[in-house]
Amino acid sequence: MSQTKRFLVVTVAAVTAMGMVGACSKNTDAKPVADGQTGQVNLVVDTFGDFGYKALVEQYQQSHPNVKVELRSVQKLDDYKPKLTQYLAAGTGAGDVVALEEGILNEFKTQPQNFVNLLDHGAADQQGNFLPWKWELGKAGADGPLIGLGTDVGGLAVCYRKDLFAKAKLPTDRDAVSKLWPTWDEFIVTGKKFTAANTGAKGFVDSVTTSFSAMLSQAGETNFYDRDNKLIAESNPAVRQAWDTSMKMVSEGVSAKIATWSKDWEAGFKNGSFATTMCPSWMLGIIKTNSGAANAGKWDVAAVPGGGGNWGGSWLAVPTQSKHPKEAYELAKFLTGPDGQVGAFKEAGPLPSSPKALDDPAFLALTNDYFSQAPVGQIFGAGAKTLKPVVLGPKHQAIKERAFEPAMQAVEQGKLTSDKAWQQALKSAAKEAK
Amino acid sequence: MTSSSVIRSSAAARAAGDRVPWRSRLTRADVKFAPYFFIAPFFVLFAIFGAFPLVYTGWVSLHDWHLIGEHTFVGFANYTALFADPDFWNALKNTVGIFLLATVPQLLMALAVANLLNRKIRARTFFRMGVLIPNVTSVAAVGIVFGQLFARDVGLVNYLITTFGLDAVDWQANTWSSWIAIAVMVDWRWTGYNTLILLGAMQAIPKDLYESASLDGAAPWQQFWRITVPLLRPTLVFTVIISTIGGLQLFTEPVIFGNGKMLGGTLGQFQTVTMYMYETAFQRFQYGYGAAIAWSLFGLIVVFSLVNLLLIRRAAR
Repeated sequence: MSQTKRFLVVTVAAVTAMGMVGACSKNTDAKPVADGQTGQVNLVVDTFGDFGYKALVEQYQQSHPNVKVELRSVQKLDDYKPKLTQYLAAGTGAGDVVALEEGILNEFKTQPQNFVNLLDHGAADQQGNFLPWKWELGKAGADGPLIGLGTDVGGLAVCYRKDLFAKAKLPTDRDAVSKLWPTWDEFIVTGKKFTAANTGAKGFVDSVTTSFSAMLSQAGETNFYDRDNKLIAESNPAVRQAWDTSMKMVSEGVSAKIATWSKDWEAGFKNGSFATTMCPSWMLGIIKTNSGAANAGKWDVAAVPGGGGNWGGSWLAVPTQSKHPKEAYELAKFLTGPDGQVGAFKEAGPLPSSPKALDDPAFLALTNDYFSQAPVGQIFGAGAKTLKPVVLGPKHQAIKERAFEPAMQAVEQGKLTSDKAWQQALKSAAKEAK
Repeated sequence: MTSSSVIRSSAAARAAGDRVPWRSRLTRADVKFAPYFFIAPFFVLFAIFGAFPLVYTGWVSLHDWHLIGEHTFVGFANYTALFADPDFWNALKNTVGIFLLATVPQLLMALAVANLLNRKIRARTFFRMGVLIPNVTSVAAVGIVFGQLFARDVGLVNYLITTFGLDAVDWQANTWSSWIAIAVMVDWRWTGYNTLILLGAMQAIPKDLYESASLDGAAPWQQFWRITVPLLRPTLVFTVIISTIGGLQLFTEPVIFGNGKMLGGTLGQFQTVTMYMYETAFQRFQYGYGAAIAWSLFGLIVVFSLVNLLLIRRAAR
């Protein structure tokens, strides 16, 4: 036996050994197929953050004994998105039901073949269950396939610290507080009154980026993209106006200049570093977690300046790689149905996108203990049905979070002037949109 | 008698060689090939998880490659775009800056601490093990703790600075301050590791060299610079190269320092090359461009390691 031949044998042996390891892992992958024979179906639901599905899934498993549901959640949207993209590209790994946030949904709409057309499974009869624009946004194009069923919308409000307002001799009752700021200019005026009172807080609002997001979502119509997905960030007066108002908040000194999601921001809730923050309904849970039990009852919820708007919100979709598309659709239908949406709101706070859920007396009667018994069902529900959807375009999220917000934060840090920051934001936006 | 018996037995062996029994053939093969078999798993694993991704990344870098979507061959266009990309140069500047700011003090400190631990002191083993503790701490935990220390409003460092009557520093806002904060994190974690490596090498230096040196009247610091440091040369080269490879791939510390974002500050004050690579590939989904950054980084590490090797060799000669 020649030396090379022997070497070959050795290599083949090693490779075979490797292959056996691979084969073992394949066996575990094959499990759902074996389950299929006994009628048992395993479904995986992928979400980010807390969608409030724990109790609902329990309930679903009881009514569907042959279905077992596993909830997988990634804490941060930033980590969730690349993971999901890789699963889709690899053709394996994604859950049977996946949550798509509005920014992700818009990017994935350009590749609709990755998702099951829910109309094929009879989703058409669900249309009446959703706000019309929420339903439309779930489709890839006006006559395109239906990719996602809506879960929640991000109705706006302002969360404020009653104790700090009292210190600054401002009203603390939520109706009186709402009357302080019908417009953003009046919001700034209130902020100046607050900072003049020297309460020890670093500022009136946490950072201008949250206000910027709120103003963009109130713009209705368009933000960074027009209806043909053309980048119009520079020329759109809605963007410029939101920018200018935000810059005014910095120059008038009402911002605490604390970057959202930073350590200082998290600690700021506990220490009372700022008196207000913008509150899409999904933010309530985050404020509660960050502020901690010691601050229970200090926060309350008031109306947002400048009228209603939608910030955030998600859809549930079924990737084509799912082995059980029919069962997955049934589960998604249940979770996005009126009862499912009310259940999720109770558990974690995402505001329903179903008119039936929004009219549900159980929903309207909901109050939030942590936020001074604020009638959150009524506050958020009131604006939800009149929301104007914004045309987002494929890279909306990236442009907002990686071009405009850092530029505004650089102004807050004193690193850029407003004009330079605007140029910087536009430059980064062009890069993101490429 | 003895010689003739040797001749006879070797002749017998030669006769047997014409038709070797399979057992002895197997034994000979065993001696010859078993070593290859034992090392094969590494090479097989390396081929699958090391070499293949490396080559594949090179292939991807020649394309306009979207993870879901088309792959168009573009040749070296990604590389030419990269060399004209100010964000890449900014990231490179940050990486090299933080690397120098972290590595130089780190190795000097490691050398000093190793020299201290090489003496006869109480509880020597305790201290020797103690210096390694930061290294076995999870890097994410380190990032979170140091992120708290260097927070603007609630950070301990700013608390101390302001008690001395100085102005609080917005650590993330300035380039220099963010580099310092990150370099401190890196040094806290890696100084002990290098200390132990240098200590091990120091213990291998023959004691009689020091004895004869002190007989000749050499002061301790003379002994350190004239005997210890030159004899540590090969080990110093090793630590410098390992630090270079680690330093140019710096990722977790600056990411966590920047609240988990890949931007590295509002204006990229501390965005490193690996962060830019991640941002490009996994947030903008430009895989081809990201792969080009990866390969450029690979080339840079090779170049830096060679330059370091030459410098250290010359300096310690």
